[in-house]
Amino acid sequence: MEEADFTLHVNGQAHQVRADPATPLLYVLRNQLGLNGPKFGCGLQQCGACMVLVSGFAHPSCQLQLHRVGAAPITTLEGLTRPDGTLHPVQQALVEVQAAQCGFCLNGVAMCAAGLLRQYPRPDEQTIRNALLRVLCRCGTHERYIRAVQRAAELGG
Amino acid sequence: MPTRRTFLKDSGRLTIAFCLLGALPAAAEAPAADDPRPGSLQDNPRLNAWLEVLADGRVRVLTGKLELGQGITTAVAQMAAEELNTPLRQVEVLLAETGRTPDERYTAGSASIEQSALSVRWAAAAARQQLVQLAANRLRVPAAQLVLADGTVRTADGRRQLTFAELLGGRQLTGEVPLDTRLKPKSEYQVVGQPRPRADIERMVRAEPVYVQDLRLPGMVHARVLHPPGPGARLQPGFDAEALRRAVPGVLQVVVDGSFVAVIADSEWAAIRAYDWAKPRLRWAAGPALPAGKPLAEVLRSLPAQTEEVARQGAVDGAPAAGEKTFRATYFKPYLMHGSIGPSCALALFDKDQLHLWTHSQGVYPLRASVAKLLGLPEDRVHAKGVPGAGCYGHNGADDVAAEAALLARALPGRPVRLQWMRDDEHRHEPYGSAMLFDLQARLDARGRLTHWHMELWSDTHSSRPAGQPDKLLPAQLLARPVAYQRNELSGGTSRNSEPLYQIPNLLIRTHSVQGPLRVSALRSLGAFGNVFALESGVDELAQLAGQDPYEFRLAHLTDERARAVIKEVRRLTQRVHPGPHEGLGLAFAQYKNKAAYLAVVARVYVEPEQRVPHVRQLWAAIDAGEVINPDGLRNQTEGGLIQAASWTLLEQVRFDEQQVRCHDWETYPIYRFDEAPRVEVSILNRPDQPPLGAGEAAQGPTAAAIASAVQRACGVRVRELPIRPEKLAPPITET
Repeated sequence: MEEADFTLHVNGQAHQVRADPATPLLYVLRNQLGLNGPKFGCGLQQCGACMVLVSGFAHPSCQLQLHRVGAAPITTLEGLTRPDGTLHPVQQALVEVQAAQCGFCLNGVAMCAAGLLRQYPRPDEQTIRNALLRVLCRCGTHERYIRAVQRAAELGG
Repeated sequence: MPTRRTFLKDSGRLTIAFCLLGALPAAAEAPAADDPRPGSLQDNPRLNAWLEVLADGRVRVLTGKLELGQGITTAVAQMAAEELNTPLRQVEVLLAETGRTPDERYTAGSASIEQSALSVRWAAAAARQQLVQLAANRLRVPAAQLVLADGTVRTADGRRQLTFAELLGGRQLTGEVPLDTRLKPKSEYQVVGQPRPRADIERMVRAEPVYVQDLRLPGMVHARVLHPPGPGARLQPGFDAEALRRAVPGVLQVVVDGSFVAVIADSEWAAIRAYDWAKPRLRWAAGPALPAGKPLAEVLRSLPAQTEEVARQGAVDGAPAAGEKTFRATYFKPYLMHGSIGPSCALALFDKDQLHLWTHSQGVYPLRASVAKLLGLPEDRVHAKGVPGAGCYGHNGADDVAAEAALLARALPGRPVRLQWMRDDEHRHEPYGSAMLFDLQARLDARGRLTHWHMELWSDTHSSRPAGQPDKLLPAQLLARPVAYQRNELSGGTSRNSEPLYQIPNLLIRTHSVQGPLRVSALRSLGAFGNVFALESGVDELAQLAGQDPYEFRLAHLTDERARAVIKEVRRLTQRVHPGPHEGLGLAFAQYKNKAAYLAVVARVYVEPEQRVPHVRQLWAAIDAGEVINPDGLRNQTEGGLIQAASWTLLEQVRFDEQQVRCHDWETYPIYRFDEAPRVEVSILNRPDQPPLGAGEAAQGPTAAAIASAVQRACGVRVRELPIRPEKLAPPITET
């Protein structure tokens, strides 16, 4: 398809990008905006490694075509960190609990947790498990991730 | 500490070591008789191979191992910080890089603490002695009156001091790490043995560039490889590369070399579009048909085999005596996938006759040699730098993708080529963990003691790492001038943990090494997963046959106090756990490799009475890994091993038809998600007076057996063939 110009609203800033309208958002975020948070895992919306917040809701970015994003605000893992460098409660809790092994799935967990806590500040364990269902972790860090989300809720996520 | 000498003396495992590690350097073949230093240090004895003092007084540690998510970066930093009385934040760690760090071959076999971290401990202790001596000479004060801490050496009264930088004046510490290096007494430890947080986790949550996938070099281009659909498939003529260039803007090059097909484009999305365009348009002649029609267990048993005796003691044949009970069972584990969440990725740059590689390979030095041979380059023209990738759990596509990237970089000199596999590539082309088949015959005497143990097992190799040769790299057989594949004759890792630690007077264990239908290599714990599943399932069944409690039955056959201690500890952890309706508890135990960490696990499993779906509710483990460097790191690794092994046990199996592997994504190869992952609890038995023992793979085998035994207690069905799927849990037919 012909390339076209788009204005993306990512992490509170407007970005002009020129790309094939069918390009999945993931590649624009990583390769044109230089972001590291969302990762390529499967390209099939099965693993959650590419998760971002779209209008505050966790959504995989690997099949979300650029032309469908419109003016929706996008938040990536980078955007959870406050401008002064302070960590979001979810990020802080992940560090406190040391919830990561290889960490490749951490982005998906963090974005799903941030989306969850925005809606349900005090989720029970089952709600947390459901919120993380779209994220695959191969190292087996599930228990720590659940504890980290509980801790983030305490910190006021 | 297991020195290289005792390692080599242990001839029963020598073959495995060679197979796993490739050719060992000459130094290791003629070890000093009484060298107390870790093997990696014996191979690389220079102090500055391991440690440098920076101009600002900080310390840089060099390790030949790569961070795989196991936390080795933090553990080696703790070692240096401790010996040099320096805050942890003052220590930086440089990971595996050819020409820069020591050659420690592969980051494998749970050996990173035993080898790399202990080498750093020795090197840092030697550095401390050298720095104190330098200060003693400069200050004309006896070394015994000096204190080294926080980047300085000072007199006991604190009046005179010199920083590391002042002491060295721009020079580096040199010389060998001496055999008589005095290590800091463990009673004075403040950093080692403490649960220090991993600095890389904060970098991950801040989305800093941590992974090889995050590297972006100026002028970088993107590539995808179009792998053959199945083993042995060959590209047929007629692919129109020009049509591809016309159809997809941004394509810079289409590489076709025999059956090796790749596209290079100016953007990642263009490379993916080219991949998608080309995939249905390539015509392949199928390779030899895969044996999809009959059960894999039968296939393994029918293949030509090379038989090796692992252990023999007493005599296992002869007729049973009066009152003896004989037990026979057959166990099976299927092919399993590493299943990295991030597909394999590498960057390569061919610049002025020098090839640079950025790779998440577990062995940068062997990869350098392998790639140099594949490309026909002198080894010194290849530079490989280790950068973490997604967790690999053994030999996945890391080396293959690096070799492919190297081939593409040669086709486009001067441009950094970033090659990332698609999900389908990773699922279909990584080397799997081999399927295994076990025939057990055992005998109990009239008192219910094990008298005979006879295990015959069939397996493909568990190690086909490149190991410095080109043939095992995936593209090697695809090129127009292919490199002949040299199959590992040795059974590499097959017999790992096949020998029971239990006292059994009559014993025979034999491996039948076969070449199975799929490409295989090292998957976390190698043969130990299957062996411990079979061994501990068998022991559990024998305890039931003897009418004995599973704890007491095991303890009655174990003399090793540390083995007994982990079993007692997991019993203590679960003494108040009472299984509910349709629930069962199962116990299993192993000492990894029969020489590394001890681990006992209890599983609590619920089996739905109608649909017969098994759910692992919780896993408790007790682990003894000797001296613990970072308890939270050990805990994290063990928790992960438990959950990952539970997923292998309940869900996983690589399926194939006559042409190709049928598992190509996470729907066709499901793994645990957050709704199923069990709760886990780990108790560490720390033994600071003992050497540290490799622990990262200790949980795999025992977890499978504990789950199988818990399932049996929950629903009455003993599953001997993994994975434990609902259809295998039909209610047993009750005898009338």
